[in-house]
Amino acid sequence: MVPLSYYLLLSGILFVCGVLGFLIKRNIITIFMSIELMLNGVNLSFVAFAAHWHALSGQVFVFFVMVVAAAEAAVGLAIIIAVYRTRETLNVDQVNLLKL
Amino acid sequence: MAGAVNLLVQSHPINSALSLIAVMAALAAEYLLLGAEFVAAVQVIVYAGAIMVLFLITIMLLNAGAEERTKGSRVAILLGIPGVLIGGVLVAWTLLNRSNTQAVPIGALKGDPKDIARLLFHDFLLPFEVTSVLILIAIMGAVVLASRPRAVASGPRKDG
Amino acid sequence: MTPNPYLWLVPILPLAGAAINGFFGRRSSKKAISTVALVFCGAAFAMALFLAAGFSSASAPYYLDLAHWIRSGNFQVDFSFYLDQLSLVMLLVVTGVGFLIHIYSVGYMWDDDGYYRFMSYLNLFMFFMLTLVLAKNYLVMFIGWEGVGLASYLLIGFWFTKDSAAAAGKKAFIVNRIGDFGFLIALFLMIKHFGSLDFTRVFAAVQPLSPETAGAGLLTAIGLLLMVGAAGKSAQIPLYVWLPDAMEGPTPVSALIHAATMVTAGVYMVARSSAIFERAPMAMMVVAIIGTLTALFAATIGIAQTDIKKVLAYSTVSQLGYMFMACGVGAFSAGIFHLMTHAFFKGLLFLAAGSVIHGVGGEQDMRKMGGLRVYMPWTFATMGIATLAIAGIPPLAGFWSKDEILWKAFNASWVYWLIGVITAFITSFYMFRLMYMTFGGEYRGGAAQDAHGHDAHGHDDHSHGHGHGEPHESPWVMLGPLVVLAVLSVFGGWVAGYNNHFEQFLAPVFQGASDVAQEASPEAGKSTLEYLLMVVSVGVAGLGWLLAYLLYSRRPELPARIAASLGGLYQAVSNKYYIDELYAVLFVKPLVDGSTTILWHGVDQGIIDATVNDSADAARHVSDRARHMQSGNLRSYAGWIAAGAAVVIAYMVWMGVR
Repeated sequence: MVPLSYYLLLSGILFVCGVLGFLIKRNIITIFMSIELMLNGVNLSFVAFAAHWHALSGQVFVFFVMVVAAAEAAVGLAIIIAVYRTRETLNVDQVNLLKL
Repeated sequence: MAGAVNLLVQSHPINSALSLIAVMAALAAEYLLLGAEFVAAVQVIVYAGAIMVLFLITIMLLNAGAEERTKGSRVAILLGIPGVLIGGVLVAWTLLNRSNTQAVPIGALKGDPKDIARLLFHDFLLPFEVTSVLILIAIMGAVVLASRPRAVASGPRKDG
Repeated sequence: MTPNPYLWLVPILPLAGAAINGFFGRRSSKKAISTVALVFCGAAFAMALFLAAGFSSASAPYYLDLAHWIRSGNFQVDFSFYLDQLSLVMLLVVTGVGFLIHIYSVGYMWDDDGYYRFMSYLNLFMFFMLTLVLAKNYLVMFIGWEGVGLASYLLIGFWFTKDSAAAAGKKAFIVNRIGDFGFLIALFLMIKHFGSLDFTRVFAAVQPLSPETAGAGLLTAIGLLLMVGAAGKSAQIPLYVWLPDAMEGPTPVSALIHAATMVTAGVYMVARSSAIFERAPMAMMVVAIIGTLTALFAATIGIAQTDIKKVLAYSTVSQLGYMFMACGVGAFSAGIFHLMTHAFFKGLLFLAAGSVIHGVGGEQDMRKMGGLRVYMPWTFATMGIATLAIAGIPPLAGFWSKDEILWKAFNASWVYWLIGVITAFITSFYMFRLMYMTFGGEYRGGAAQDAHGHDAHGHDDHSHGHGHGEPHESPWVMLGPLVVLAVLSVFGGWVAGYNNHFEQFLAPVFQGASDVAQEASPEAGKSTLEYLLMVVSVGVAGLGWLLAYLLYSRRPELPARIAASLGGLYQAVSNKYYIDELYAVLFVKPLVDGSTTILWHGVDQGIIDATVNDSADAARHVSDRARHMQSGNLRSYAGWIAAGAAVVIAYMVWMGVR
């Protein structure tokens, strides 16, 4: 038997890794992947809780999360392509026109 | 977890993508252990199948190369990393010390597709429909954003 | 107390004149301005005469309550006027002499550009002075007190484009202010302990207190503080320094304000507060000492002055000292008597001096005058009469009043009397010196074009037609008042000459005083001692005349030799004992320096400006730093978010732990 907290712990670790990746990485695509990683971590915790409390709505919610993640990934990648066209770079540090 | 860490470590985005796929697969296995079969299936199909493929296509389209070391944001490193680590540690500590939950048996809850379908189309119908609209919008947005910019043939529009 | 509905007219009429001339004078003709000023002032004088005619000691004092002013709990102060024998005397003096001086000013200031301003200010002054004299409580009196100070400032600095005049005006006002500070504290004490500032109520509250009771400490304090105020207004030691400088103003101003009326306000105030002073013997002694010392001190300075107006200024300070000496020994009515006669002859002296200055084309240095009796006979005659009066030669007015004071002073202490006699000698000496230098001998002045040297006379001075350099007599508009005042100087003393009419007239006012002070008040007749003292004082006056005659008429080269042989002493006296310089070093310089360094640089620039500037700077710096948050860098945003999330999580955990 695996205690719930282990699942949650794993979920947390995944999430942390995602944030770290967001912070560390320079390539915009890699950053996006870190976002997906974060979402996955969250999904895991949802499913774990659903199993724990015997509530299927947890899994349904996971379904929705995945849908949203898909949509967001699509749009995000489209934006990246658009930005790439103008800026010729995938380095996020160089996309910094929005500043004071 | 290894996949996650690997994602961080790799310098080429392709490698990061592949390690992410590994993570997804592992998660699908976890879901199965937790008895969420439908979710596991969806995970593999949608996430690993569609989204990661999208990533790979984009990487190949944009010819993303290995990351070079450029000056990063000091703030991100100074503030963010400690921040996230602290947050993570706090959460972990809370979970480990405070939660008094029993173990979850494997396959305790059967995530029957039939049951899920019932929920999805009865209780959560509205969100379901809304998400479909969301996907539609996303498709439109992606198409518009990614299309090649047309040459400015028509002159500047008169402002009404 | 009987009500008198006309009292308010007396001050208001000149105020109306001042307002009309002030607002419309710029565009009016000089004739119109003069008419307005003279009419309103004359109307006030006529009103005063009317009140005097209807005055009856039996139904005095009269009062008039005009309007409520302060009503705060038990404390109330109203705009009220009061007329008793004392204020009647003052009223007549102020309006009468004031009116004469108005007439004189028409001639004197005719060619000045600021003519309308001058007449307006003169009327304004009359208003304030009359308010002061007719007040029924100390606060209304204080209004008049401050107002005459203001008018004095305006009139001293009348030729304000001249630095020395403007500075003199400032000096007068500031020194006055120091005195006013004392006055105010005395008022506060009165409010606290007597609950009122009304004359009748205060004096009634003071009545039961006798000098030996504990109340005397309070009364001494009040008396001393009132004396501080009087010293400022009436130019006594140590606050007399403004009066000689005030000669920068036009001569009618010197005559009216600094001889006849404003400077006498302090004496009036002390006399009015006689009930308080009588019960505070220590304060009275201080008053007498200050008055006596000032009299002597100023007289010695007057010996060595060469400017005709400065001699008269120091003479005024000295004569005021006599008045305070009188009040200090309890002879209030004698002091007021001298006030009245002094107004006559000192006013006359100043006006005549103005006539002289006008006649020689603006020169004020006596060394450049001389022999003017030929050119200006009327001025010579009237000024001579005034000199006789001030020296105390019988039977002119000055003799009666000065002698009265000396007699009363003798009864208090022979020291006062002795100093008074010495001062009388010196007074006689310098006045006759003035006469001989100005009118005797030969005319020493150069052509009138050079005679503009003296700066105390303004740019638009009386040089009309002086190109020929010959001194000339003044027009009748100026000589008329001189003659009237001369007549008064001769006969004015007889009003108290026999049987002490004056003193008996004023007796009801000082009733509260005479209860306590049972000095050796003069009986109906005169004692042998009194006659003896009279002879002494006349003899002393004659001695002074003789000495002046010898030094300035017979052997005019002697004074220079004496001055040279006295060397340093003469220098000190001639430079007013360097008191002004002493004050500058002791008070003015530290104050100005302290003000500059501490208040200006330190507080104003350092603290206030710095606060404002620095807060602006701080805002700028903070926003400068904060600006870097918006770097456009995606990852820094993420970093901030993560940090913020950590804070939130920490908070939640902490709450959960508690």
